[in-house]
Parts: sequence; structure tokens; C-alpha cells
Amino acid sequence: MSAPRDVDPVRTADSSLAFFRDRFDLDDSGLQAALDTALEREVDYADLYFEYSTQDSVSLEEGIVKSGSRHLDQGVGVRALKGERQGYAHSDEISIETARLAAATARTISQQTGGATTAVVRGHGSQPHDLYPVTQAATDLPVERKVELLGAIDCYARGLDSRVKLVMASVVCQHRHVLVAGSDGTLVGDIQPLVRLNIQVIAGKGQRREVGYEGRGGRYELEQLMNPEVWQRMADEAVRVAVLNLDAKPCPAGSMDVVLGPGWPGILLHEAIGHGLEGDFNRKKTSAFSDRLGQRVAAEGVTVVDDGTLPAGRGSINVDDEGTPSRRNILIENGVLVGYLHDRLNARLMGMKPTGNGRRESYAHLPIPRMTNTFMLAGQEDPEDIIRSVKRGLYAVSFGGGQVDITSGKFVFSMSEAYHVEDGRLGAPVKGATLIGNGPDVLTRVTRIGSDLQIDPGVGTCGKDGQGVPVGVGLPTTRVDELTVGGTEG
Amino acid sequence: MSEAGANASRRDTVVRALERARRAGATQADATLVQSDSHQAKVRGDEIDFVVQAQERQLSIRAMVADGTGLCTAITSTSDLSAKAVDDMAEQTVALARATAPDPHAGLPEQGFAQSIPDLSLCDAADRNVSVEARIEEARRAEQAARAFDERIDNSEGSQASSGFSRIVYGNSAGFVGEYDSASHSLSCEPLARQGDSMRRDYWFTVGRRLADLEDAAGVGRRAAERAIRRLGARRVKTCEVPVIFDAFTAPSLIGHLAACVNGYAVYREASFLATRMGEAIASDMVTVIDDGRLPGGLGSRPFDGEGLPTRRNVIVERGVLASWLLDSYAGRKLGLASTGSGSSGGGVTTTNLWLEPGHQTLEELIGDTARGLLVSELIGMGFNPATGDYSCGAAGVWIEGNELVHPVEEITIASNLTDMLLQIDAVGSELVWRGRSAAPPLRIANMTVAGE
Repeated sequence: MSAPRDVDPVRTADSSLAFFRDRFDLDDSGLQAALDTALEREVDYADLYFEYSTQDSVSLEEGIVKSGSRHLDQGVGVRALKGERQGYAHSDEISIETARLAAATARTISQQTGGATTAVVRGHGSQPHDLYPVTQAATDLPVERKVELLGAIDCYARGLDSRVKLVMASVVCQHRHVLVAGSDGTLVGDIQPLVRLNIQVIAGKGQRREVGYEGRGGRYELEQLMNPEVWQRMADEAVRVAVLNLDAKPCPAGSMDVVLGPGWPGILLHEAIGHGLEGDFNRKKTSAFSDRLGQRVAAEGVTVVDDGTLPAGRGSINVDDEGTPSRRNILIENGVLVGYLHDRLNARLMGMKPTGNGRRESYAHLPIPRMTNTFMLAGQEDPEDIIRSVKRGLYAVSFGGGQVDITSGKFVFSMSEAYHVEDGRLGAPVKGATLIGNGPDVLTRVTRIGSDLQIDPGVGTCGKDGQGVPVGVGLPTTRVDELTVGGTEG
Repeated sequence: MSEAGANASRRDTVVRALERARRAGATQADATLVQSDSHQAKVRGDEIDFVVQAQERQLSIRAMVADGTGLCTAITSTSDLSAKAVDDMAEQTVALARATAPDPHAGLPEQGFAQSIPDLSLCDAADRNVSVEARIEEARRAEQAARAFDERIDNSEGSQASSGFSRIVYGNSAGFVGEYDSASHSLSCEPLARQGDSMRRDYWFTVGRRLADLEDAAGVGRRAAERAIRRLGARRVKTCEVPVIFDAFTAPSLIGHLAACVNGYAVYREASFLATRMGEAIASDMVTVIDDGRLPGGLGSRPFDGEGLPTRRNVIVERGVLASWLLDSYAGRKLGLASTGSGSSGGGVTTTNLWLEPGHQTLEELIGDTARGLLVSELIGMGFNPATGDYSCGAAGVWIEGNELVHPVEEITIASNLTDMLLQIDAVGSELVWRGRSAAPPLRIANMTVAGE
């Protein structure tokens, strides 16, 4: 697992297949036998999902690396589909035998004897692209190098400002092998690296304490984050925000015009639009966007995509967890709703094509339609002009999390760095607060779109049905009129 | 394998991990093995949506190696429980620990491990025979009851039933080994109501350690439907400052925020706005908050904590006065205090059964006692900052005018600071229903900012 790998796409897929074959004796005939077990009942489709994942993390606090951790997760999930029904069984033991046992459980959602369809496992699968080649698994790097990195960050961050009371930093690495075999002949493997660096600072003045956070990561070599220029800028940011918020004034309350900064504020799109366009909700007609394809849901000039193919992106995947290649899907084109995000089941039931968005947290979960990297395309305007256009409102640069009720369309997202805007000029920083809006109409009130599209630095995790998956978001500087701001000052 | 044989094997795995860690050079070590069987099923309309069945095992090992001024710590986990994998993992844990820095406060508790394992009624042996088909039938009953409740209920996200059984084995190098069984069963229903172009969803659920503890399935469906119907016609209100009543569904989130601020880790890091307030009046004298790990049948109950210490009753706030932090042995050493038996496996602090002591008024009386204000029935987002106490959340509920409920409200936020909110609690209701690991009766906060139009 630690050996340097060739980065040719086909070879990457092959090397994942070879990994499971060598380590767990998963050969083509065994995979076929497990699928055949599922197909002994009449089902529309069956698939096997094998996962072997290593995660490690090292964390520092109060100047010392207090703990290291390493976690090994492995298992197989077997699914049988019949109409709208899904049967699923999983086990943490990887073998053909456990896969067959799981298949015998999963198939019980169908009462009819099958056998007409026979699984044909292809000799090899291949991927259309190789978005995140790495030469070495970050989980195999000597832990001493990670310890050294955190020590340097601590020293640097504490030296930045005397108001810094505490520095916490952690480096988290994951290396995940997956293999999907389906009864239609799908056989595809992938190796998914994921690294992340977190820096959190607590600053104090008198009794007041404020927290500043900066994170960065993606599917790339850990070396990128070990570059001092990268982590020093992160530490600068974490300290700047913590110290800035020590002087933040109470946030206003009520409806006002808000300018969202570029990058992570794209969480607006994720909550307001993205979830509501996931295929399961639209097949069940429980989304505020159900039956609205072809209708105007955003202002002219607003184009939103979900793109699983951004090289090295946190939300990127070569193939989804059902073996469908990822791609760039247009959701809103110039203000008009044009597409949903699909997995196999919901695409089939809606008479549409899978879009490469069938994802799962692990082998212990069913795949469901999920976003990858969701962002708005850039417009023409100078970001400075957009701020200048606001008479009275807020400029919100950084956010925490968000949430949505997909049926009513109401969504929230929480600011962590924001400023008053008066007569086009930036004023005092204001305390964090929640913004609330209505998904189906919030984008109709986008009045200006900047030329400065940025994708977030790689920190997002999306939760749905109890499953977390890494995602990305992005936004150019964007003005949205009449958002409800949940501050305290009436 | 016989049940007795399986028990012995689980215990052996834990003991083996500890022994291997010791041989590899660990000064102290502990290990936790969790083995679980579960199934969950969802029914939507007349059709089964999914059936999931699983068996899972996980072994976690923590090793500590003495080095000069303290202990160096590492934690690992694996779902591969073969002897070779356990041996490898134990050795890797020690190697990883050697790469970290010594911490003078690290280590197992010095003493006081649980002497006996009381039966807290965390599992009913009879429930082990429950079939997935029987649970599917319950989900079906909830789903049908919701859909039959009102003609405006014409769709749903479905009704879900789940049952899970776990065996937890914990052992450490101080000689403690303990184990217990626990179970959890739940049933939820999430219907949609429609009126014209307007579509709203809501949900209801029941959860318990024993199947017999669950609310009737049809009742769950009807309650969920009633809540969804109640949302139809919701509108915004103008930005204002009014009293806000949290119902029994939303009030527990407030004591959850409070618990995050008395967590020993947040306290020693000074990342809690309560860090310097021990012994002071931080809330209205109507507020008493307790965390008790030994409530029989409690969803947060357990006979010993993640470090083998006996769980107990901790009064966090007594009639408004901050009375105790929640601590494991590490956070305790940092603050010069003893553990409160609140350790979670692998380090950190967790609540067990956390509740706010009920008062005497019904929810109807609270509403009748409020001239104008907001009843909050759903919160959305995580708008709480433990370091400052600042609070700002999305909300939905019902508007109160002239001492009665007048119309549903949505797309608004409520905001204040927890410092003020706790002090401004001016009424506490009598209804205390456990629907998870924390519970609180309806309560009223005298003044919050509601942001809307």
C-alpha cells in the first residue's frame, strides 16, 4: 500500500482491484458468485461495495502534540434493488464468503425467485479520469514529520499576537481503497486520498474570548500543506479572525442586502439549491424544487454547477460509490433550472441518467444522491464595485455551517466574519449570526455577480441521512438583496 | 459459538490487546470493544423503501508511554479483530505514542474504578427475537396512520424503524475489566402536508431501550401528521423583541448548549463563556440541570464511563447556581478536580442523561400567560458560540397574540446570548419526556430578538 504507484488512470483503477485481489483474494469468479447469490431472487440490480480505509490524525494543543490516532475501517456492503425497494447488508469482514452471506440477506426484499439474469463481471474496469494521483499515501508518511509541522505552526501562531491564548492544530489524513462490482458488469476500483490541516486559535482580551479557525485540504499530497507559505497564511488568518472578533459589535437583525465574499460562502448554494435538487427528494416529490425543471429559479446570469471533476478537489471523485464516472452537471443555467443530481436508483425511477452523484460515507451505508463541488460561475463585476453598490447592509466573508428543510425550502447558514456596510463603505466587524432564506426564491434576488470565483479551501463535510461525505463549494463575490439576518440589534 | 464462548472471546480480545501493548512498552493502556447487531427499515406509502441489516465490531486501543515529565498518548481502532490484526494494532499504538509529546496530565484514573456493574435495564433479552418484519409492520402502521389523519397529508419521506443491540467491553492496565449489553429501538415518521402550492413536512419519533418503551406506532404517525398540518399557512413576522417559549421538543437543545460550556475541556481551554463562573448565579432560580448516568432504562445510561469509573448523578446547575463541570480524569487534572465519571471512550467528556428539572405549568398555561410572543417548535442550524455565549438560530413555530396561538411562523431567526437567556428564563413547564439523551420541559425566555421581515 505504501509503494509509489504509477499515475496512469487505467493503472490507478487496476491497482485498487489488485489491492483487493492480493489482500483479500477477491477474484472475478468470487465476485460473480456473490452477485449470483443476490440474483437468486428476482431483482433489478445488485452491487457489491468493498472498502479498506486508513485514517490517521495528530493533534497539538498548549504547545504539545498530545495525541496521535490511527483508524482502520474495512468492510463489504451488498445491495439488491427491486422497484423502489433496496435491501442492504454489510459486514466488517472482507471475503467472498461474507459477501455471499450479505447478498443472501439483501435479496430478501424480493419474494420472487429469480435466476434469469446472470452477473457477468468484466475482467477489468477503467476510469475516465484520474483526478487525484498521489505518489505516496499521506497515512504512510512518518508521524514525526506531522509532529514537526504542528510544532512549527504552534510557534509561529503564538508569536503573531499577544492576545493569542491557545493554539490548537491538527493534521488528518485518509487513504481509502474502494471496489464496486455490479450485476450489469460494472467493475471499478478507486483510491481516494484526502488530507486536511486545521488551525484553531483562541484569543482573549479581559474576560472576552473569541475563536478563529482556518482549515485547508483536498485530495493531494500532504507536502502541499507542509509548505510554510501555505500554513503561515492559514495561521495568519486564524489569528486575524479571532483578534478581529474581540472587537466585533452586535449584529443587526432583520431583512437587508448582503454581499457574500468569494469561496466558502458558496455554502449558500449548497443549502439553498443543492440539496433540493438531489434526485431522491425529487423522485418522491418532497422537494420545494419538485417538477420545476425548465422554470426560472434564479436571476438572469446565475449559473450553478455541481462538478465532481475538479482536480484534487475535496469533493471530487473519479467514480461515485456505484461506479458511475463523475462529471460536471449544470443545475441552473442562466437562471433556469436544468438538472438534478442522481444516483442509479432515482435516475432509473425518474427515467433519467445517473449523473455520478451516488455517494456513501462508507460500506456501512446505502448510496444516496449527494453533491460533489457545487459553485456559481463567475460574472463580470469588480468585487469592490459590488460592495460600493450597497447603501446599508452586510459584507459576509466567512461562514460556519448551514442546514436546509428541503420541503419548505427554508435554509440557514451562519456567518463567522462579517462587516457593516454603510453607503458603500466597509464598517465595523459584527458578531456571527445566522442568515435565513427561502431556497426557491433567494437566487432570484441575486443582483450582482463578481468576476472572482473561488472554490473553498477544502473543509466541507455534508451530512444527510446520518452520512457525512466530503464536499466543496464555491462562489464569486455576490450581492443578494433582502436576506434575513439573525442578529440581536433590531 | 455459544453465548458464553462469545463473551469469553470478546474479553480475551481486550485482554490480548492490553497485554500486547504492555509488551511493546506501554506504561498504561486501555481498550474498548464494541460489537453490535442492528437492523433498520423504512416504509414509504405502501412500499418498503429499504431494509438494512448489519453486524459490526470495533476495537479501540489507547496506549500511554512514560517519558520524563509525563505520558505520551496514542489511540487506534480497527474493525479487523483477527489475532494478528490486534497484535499489529497494539504495537502500532505504542509506536505512535512514542512519536507524541509527554503530557504531565495524561493517564488512566488513579483509582475508583467501578466495583460492580449494576443492571440499568439497558436491554430486554426478549427483544432480541424481534424480527425485521415485525418492525417493518410498525413502520407501516405509523405511515398509514399519518396518511389517514387528514386528506392534506398526501406524501411522505417515509416511516423508519430500527433496532440495535450492542455489547461493550472495556478493560485497562490498572486491572479493571467490565462489560454490559445495551439496546436501542426507535420509530419515526415524516409526513408531508399540502395545501394549494404550499407543501410542508414535519416529523415525530419515539426511542427507547426496550420495545415496550416505545409509543404506539399509529400514535407516532398521527402526531407527526398533526405537526405537519400545523405548519401549513406559516408566514414571517416583523423583526421584534418578544418572549419566546421553547416547547419540549426544542428546549433540550438549550441545556445541550449549556453542557458544551461546562465540558471540562472547554473550561480549561477558556473556550467557554462560563469558564470563570463556578459557584455564581448563571441562571434564573427556576433552573436546575442534572446529568445522571444511572437512570434505569435511560438512553444515556451506562454502568461505568469510558475510563472504567462508575457513572453518577452530577448536579450542573442548582437553582440557578453553577455547581459542577463535567470532567474525565484528564480535564479533572487540568483543573485540579476529580473526574465526575463523564469520560468518553478514548478521551473526552460526554453527557449521559441530561435534563432540566420540571416546574408546574402546562404548555397551555405558559401560552395563556404570554400576551404576545413566539412558541418555537423547530430550530435549524447550529448558531451557538460556546466561547461567547452568542446565540442565533433559524426557527419555526407558532405566533402568540392575546394569550393564544394565532398562526404558524417560519423563515425567522431568534437571537440573544446564553448568559442573558439563562437568567431570563421566567417560566418552566411540567412536561418532561425523554426522547433521547437529554430532556427539558417547555420553558419561556422573557426576551429575545426575532428577526423576520
